[in-house]
Amino acid sequence: MNRRANRLLAALGAVLLVLPAVADNYLLSIVTLFLFFAYAGQAWNIMMGFAGQLSLGHSLYLGVGGYAAGALYFHFGIGPWAGLWLAIMICALSGAAIGALAFRYGVSGVYFTLLTIAFAEFTRVGFDHFAWVGGSGGMFLKVAERDQIDLLNLRGTPAMFYYVILGLAAAAFALSGWLLRSRAGYYWQAIRENEDAAQALGINTFHWKILAITISSAMTAIAGVFSAFYYGNLFPEQIFNMSRSIEIMLGPIIGGIGTLFGPILGAALLTLVAESTTEVVAALGWETPGIKQLIYGIVLFVVIVLLPHGVWPALARKLKVTK
Amino acid sequence: MSALLNVQNVSKSFRGLRAVTDVSFEIDPGAIVALIGPNGAGKTTIFNMVAGALAADSGAILFEDRPIRGLRPDEVCTLGIGRTFQIVKPFAGLSVLDNVVVGALKRCTRVNEARRIAATILETLGLGHKHDVPASSLTPTDRKKLEVARALATRPRLLLLDEVMAGLRPKECDDLVATFREINQRESITILLIEHVMRAVMALAEKIIVLHHGEVIAQGTPGQVVKEPAVLECYLGEETEI
Ligand SMILES: Nc1ncnc2c1ncn2[C@@H]1O[C@H](COP(=O)(O)OP(=O)(O)O)[C@@H](O)[C@H]1O
Ligand SMILES: [Mg+2]
Repeated sequence: MNRRANRLLAALGAVLLVLPAVADNYLLSIVTLFLFFAYAGQAWNIMMGFAGQLSLGHSLYLGVGGYAAGALYFHFGIGPWAGLWLAIMICALSGAAIGALAFRYGVSGVYFTLLTIAFAEFTRVGFDHFAWVGGSGGMFLKVAERDQIDLLNLRGTPAMFYYVILGLAAAAFALSGWLLRSRAGYYWQAIRENEDAAQALGINTFHWKILAITISSAMTAIAGVFSAFYYGNLFPEQIFNMSRSIEIMLGPIIGGIGTLFGPILGAALLTLVAESTTEVVAALGWETPGIKQLIYGIVLFVVIVLLPHGVWPALARKLKVTK
Repeated sequence: MSALLNVQNVSKSFRGLRAVTDVSFEIDPGAIVALIGPNGAGKTTIFNMVAGALAADSGAILFEDRPIRGLRPDEVCTLGIGRTFQIVKPFAGLSVLDNVVVGALKRCTRVNEARRIAATILETLGLGHKHDVPASSLTPTDRKKLEVARALATRPRLLLLDEVMAGLRPKECDDLVATFREINQRESITILLIEHVMRAVMALAEKIIVLHHGEVIAQGTPGQVVKEPAVLECYLGEETEI
């Protein structure tokens, strides 16, 4: 990364840091949502963008992570900073197990992707009947004290949640950059580009793919914990839903799969499009059901057709910064 | 002196079609050996079995007296065998340098050091000025050189080269021959090469193994092999550059 890129990054960081001082709660909630998808997108990007393993079931880790920390809090009053570790552990193990099962038996490509969907769906159905965490009726965490910050229990003002997710997104960015420049990053990209050639160069592709899915699922677990405590409720039909998995991956796809900044830019653009669509539709008084989704879909379609590698690679060339 | 690579009675068939039948040969340490024969003779299949990319149906393969049949390609590479692919498999989205860095990370785990090693190897192969271009933009002949550079970067003791001279102009071919000699002598890397370009085979190989219909029909010094009636017969009517 060059000087220009660093300066752009510093500017963006400064704006985000001071935002709560000037923004109202509505704007803050929108930027929080953007940062949430920037974080989750980066987690997904490590597995797909770096290592080339397409997961369409990342909602599994979101849900399991959220429920693990949520249940500890709900039943035992154990705060999320402790529950986080349980969430990370369970999700890392689940990811590793799914990877081991698939890669051990040579399940790859679309079949691997199908497997990730299957695990997320099975788990969703399982949680629908899991009475201890409320089953399909959902689990409700104690309502947030909106004016008091209780960082220990992740209960507090919108600004607190905002700073937590900002920190997570920044940490994910730093981690992704470090990983991409490390031996793991080189090996993952080699596997992504040509697995036979990677193996011929002495890379134990099984191990490195497992590492990618483990890191990615552990990171997504943290997103799940955040989501559970931010919204204060969990429903299997929502958090395990495949549409969550798709939402997570849209950012990197729009921004640029495999790039460091793509998932962040993509999440920002998507949030912007979604919000402005809402505004425009409201301003015009259109009430046709599904019109928002339609416009959103058309915008996505146009971006993907015009910039199949995502917005960031093209923008990076324009700004003369490296990807 | 025991052989570096020992292939003993190895066979392989694909759905009933015998591609390699009872093939045996030895490669001495430090040697440059050529494996020749018409298209479809089974040469690449033998490479794939040695490198662990294909499982042999029967026979034994020993590298430095250690049985390697049944090992995975990455395990074979780790033991010290580097290979190129006849149909090149570049990491298309990565830069030329990064392609070679992936190989160099086999010998040193520090990325900075691997980048230095990779740069030196690219220099040796005449790709020094192309570090930063994406591998996908290389010409077919440069892609073959990239295959060699990547395999070399893993610091093999045995290097398997599958038709890397194909399509080169005579001058380029001679340059690469000189490079392989240098690699062989300076770094004492043993080389087994599959090659159709007889100009290169004759200039490099101290031993030639001739394969036809999956069987070894002759092996020996270049002088011996070209006099073998079986070899003459199999090459008569073939389009070759003998
Ligand atoms: N993976 C494979 N599946 C089926 N047949 C194969 C495969 N690889 C090679 N063959 C067949 O085995 C024979 C030997 O092929 P190959 O080893 O590539 O020959 P060469 O490298 O000497 O030109 C050919 O008839 C080829 O069609
Ligand atoms: Mg061949």
